[in-house]
Amino acid sequence: MGIQNLLWQVTKKAFTGGIIGVTISDRCCSVVPVRGDSMSPTFNPQRNSYLDDYVLVEKFCLQDYKFARGDVVVFSSPTHFRDRYIKRIVGLPGEWISSSRDVIRVPEGHCWVEGDNKASSLDSRTFGPIPLGLIRGRVTSVVWPPQRNCMLALFMVCAFYIIKWVSIQLHVPQDSLWKL
Amino acid sequence: MRWLRYLNQWRGTAKEAFDQVSIVAKFLCLLHVTDRYIISSTHVQGPSMLPTLNLTGDVILAEHVSHRFGKIGLGDVALVRSPTDPMKMVTKRVLGLEGHRLSFYADPLVGDDSVNVVVPKGHVWIQGDNVHASTDSRNFGPVPYNIIEGKALLRVWPPRCFGSLR
Repeated sequence: MGIQNLLWQVTKKAFTGGIIGVTISDRCCSVVPVRGDSMSPTFNPQRNSYLDDYVLVEKFCLQDYKFARGDVVVFSSPTHFRDRYIKRIVGLPGEWISSSRDVIRVPEGHCWVEGDNKASSLDSRTFGPIPLGLIRGRVTSVVWPPQRNCMLALFMVCAFYIIKWVSIQLHVPQDSLWKL
Repeated sequence: MRWLRYLNQWRGTAKEAFDQVSIVAKFLCLLHVTDRYIISSTHVQGPSMLPTLNLTGDVILAEHVSHRFGKIGLGDVALVRSPTDPMKMVTKRVLGLEGHRLSFYADPLVGDDSVNVVVPKGHVWIQGDNVHASTDSRNFGPVPYNIIEGKALLRVWPPRCFGSLR
């Protein structure tokens, strides 16, 4: 009976944690890996895949869909059902973009995205302007590896020491600090 | 460190307040997950889907499971984020999947010329049931499949029209 109860408790906690995690990742921010080198040298400046950059994607921009030229966004692919791409917005609705042969106007409600590494990037030069409704978030910063983000590394170290100091002042036994 | 002593005193109250807030927060998160990933209710209005949907507004239940598995098919009424204004959701019927060949009248009131089009890969053709008063794929072209956000299941309001949407 004890093991059944334990299993139930674990399932409940996992379910709650899962729901909260999904809500935060849909409404607030999430961390996604960058695959491929179409955004070199901004992301993945080297080519080895075990050192992929992880970036923080914020979702508050989806409340009003107001983007600026130069924002790096995550969007669902217009041609492949399950894929997501990370590219930079270089054209807002109503602007004129010059591609290889002609000048194209970006329609209302759409945007023109291009990768930073023009040589190997599948972007609007291939599939045309994308509807803003496909955008799933805006990239704000790189969170991994920490040497690419010195503000975050500094913040993590300071936060650790502050929490340790406050817990000592509050007389929390140091071994129970890890149970938080 | 007087403020730290105050912190210690209020620890009991703070814990109780935190527990109450966390119950409300968990409920709101559950609401969000159900609304976004399982089923939700939407108020739809406008003339573009007459006679299927009324002009003055209906409440329909839409499910958000099929489109994630690629199961939106021909003839389904889909909830789609408008390609001309991403803040608006539109309800239209899917009349063409990728690779289908379609022909439609460029302007049903004027002339008889019909336009032939092939739906590209990864796109769908959406059209309102009321061809005279609907801005749909005949105006803005085929839309990417990923812009579909749900499939309409049944109508719940007004009560005399309760039931499926056929």
